[in-house]
Amino acid sequence: MALNTEDIKRIAHLARIEINEQEAVSTLTKLSGILGLIEQMQAVDTEGIVPMSHSQDLAQRLREDVVTQTNQREIFQAIAPMTQHGLYLVPKVIE
Amino acid sequence: MEWEVVIGLETHTQLKTKTKIFSGASTTYGAEPNTQACEVSIALPGVLPVLNKQAVECAIQFGLAIDADIAPRSVFARKNYFYPDLPKGYQISQYELPVVGKGKLTIQVPPGKNTEAYEKTIHITRAHLEEDAGKSVHGAVEGMSGIDLNRAGTPLLEIVTEPDMRSAAEAVAYAKKLHELVQWIGICDGNMQEGSFRCDVNVSVRPKGTEKLGTRREIKNLNSFKFMQQAIEYETQWQIDTLEDGGKIQQATVLFNPDTGETRAMRSKEEANDYRYFPDPDLLPLIVTEEDKARVKATMPELPEAMKARFEADYGLSTYDAAALTASRTMADYFVSVVQAGAEAKPAANWMMGALSAKLNAEEKATADSPVSALQLAQLLKRIQDNTISNNAAKQVFEALWLGEGEVDEIIATKGLKQESDSGAIEAIIDGVLAANPAMVEEFKAGKEKAFNALVGQAMKASKGKANPAQVNEILKKKLT
Repeated sequence: MALNTEDIKRIAHLARIEINEQEAVSTLTKLSGILGLIEQMQAVDTEGIVPMSHSQDLAQRLREDVVTQTNQREIFQAIAPMTQHGLYLVPKVIE
Repeated sequence: MEWEVVIGLETHTQLKTKTKIFSGASTTYGAEPNTQACEVSIALPGVLPVLNKQAVECAIQFGLAIDADIAPRSVFARKNYFYPDLPKGYQISQYELPVVGKGKLTIQVPPGKNTEAYEKTIHITRAHLEEDAGKSVHGAVEGMSGIDLNRAGTPLLEIVTEPDMRSAAEAVAYAKKLHELVQWIGICDGNMQEGSFRCDVNVSVRPKGTEKLGTRREIKNLNSFKFMQQAIEYETQWQIDTLEDGGKIQQATVLFNPDTGETRAMRSKEEANDYRYFPDPDLLPLIVTEEDKARVKATMPELPEAMKARFEADYGLSTYDAAALTASRTMADYFVSVVQAGAEAKPAANWMMGALSAKLNAEEKATADSPVSALQLAQLLKRIQDNTISNNAAKQVFEALWLGEGEVDEIIATKGLKQESDSGAIEAIIDGVLAANPAMVEEFKAGKEKAFNALVGQAMKASKGKANPAQVNEILKKKLT
């Protein structure tokens, strides 16, 4: 799959990463290299092999449904840039 | 051209757990903002999710209830998007390997203007576990949005259907059935006002008789069945009108405005959603063994379909009656209590679907809040069975019970509703009626059957409705022939 700088800008936008023209060009080289590697890997016959979803071959441990957390709002909000009436404030999001 | 609407539903059911899906923070509704938002909920760096056992068991219960395949191994994935009420920048969900696979749900579609009631099987594609996002409060502070993360991390089971529904009525019947089922098995409180049960409805239209699906628009976040009906009807007509005017349907997400009854597309996205799903490295695969399934199954109540079949077999009820009585768990439990208290099943079913349902509907009450208890209704039915009161008198007793005027026998006594079953007394009344109505007697003797009923009516009236109608019939017949 050949990428161009427009693709790079779009991907950066989706990931909310700000890049300039120059960075777009250098990122294109790097990302194309990664995709090339993936293409090489895709040539390997993986028929019948279950895709790995985790590097450790273990099962998820489950937690009992018991409340263990207490209200620590003041501590958490002490490091928030802006709060009011217990709410975290952020620049207005328009739907 | 004749059009056909094709509908599929995605329903977010909030699971009835004490804590969040990946942390030990409380999920109690209505707390002060952010007082139930722990370090995992607000996504402080370095925190790790630990899966809630109860949430998993709820998912297994649901899978068992819809006769679905339950994945022996399912995987949590990150769904990436940016919004302030999602502080991690991704929602933990399940993508390629959901915990619940293909299943099905049988719905009863009520009769419409030109249609009979019918049953239909809706296929469920999948159900997966995921976390809810927080809430954004707009407009409280100028130029800012307030974020409450109490809801962030609340466990949800998203239930997705195949595009199996062909009318708003079918979609609503499915949603209602699902709503009852999740409450029946106790995995969701079903509170739609509090957002515990929210539906997204995918609607498309196509020329009737064709196979290819039309372009769909998704109506988001419907939290009432009435709005769902209205939204689908409006959206369907809008799509048909658009196509008939030569327009094209653009895939879009739309919102329903209850004030105008219209659906409207949300600001179109400049870019198609690309959630860049990938397996969440913070969570290992969820393993569900046969033993896990058996253990969960043992804790589950009898399911509505099984109970319906049992009602038909054990009590000789019709499919229709059995379906109506198992439409909700409270209704079914009520019926079982009435029968167990000694009332006959068929009259119990009739009274529940007749007088009781009418009253409940009129006062918009749930079965659980009925002023007439199951034991009271059973007692009332027993008094009809043993001929203490007539059906008509029973209706008066029911009214009195509803108004809380006392217990059954007490009401019968104070209102003097006891049926006259003393044949001597009834005979005396009938003699009086015959003497007073010679014309009717003549008519009857001349072959007019109707005159007989008129005489019965006179006798009942003379007894102030207290005579046992069966006895009146019998004695009158004897006297006239």
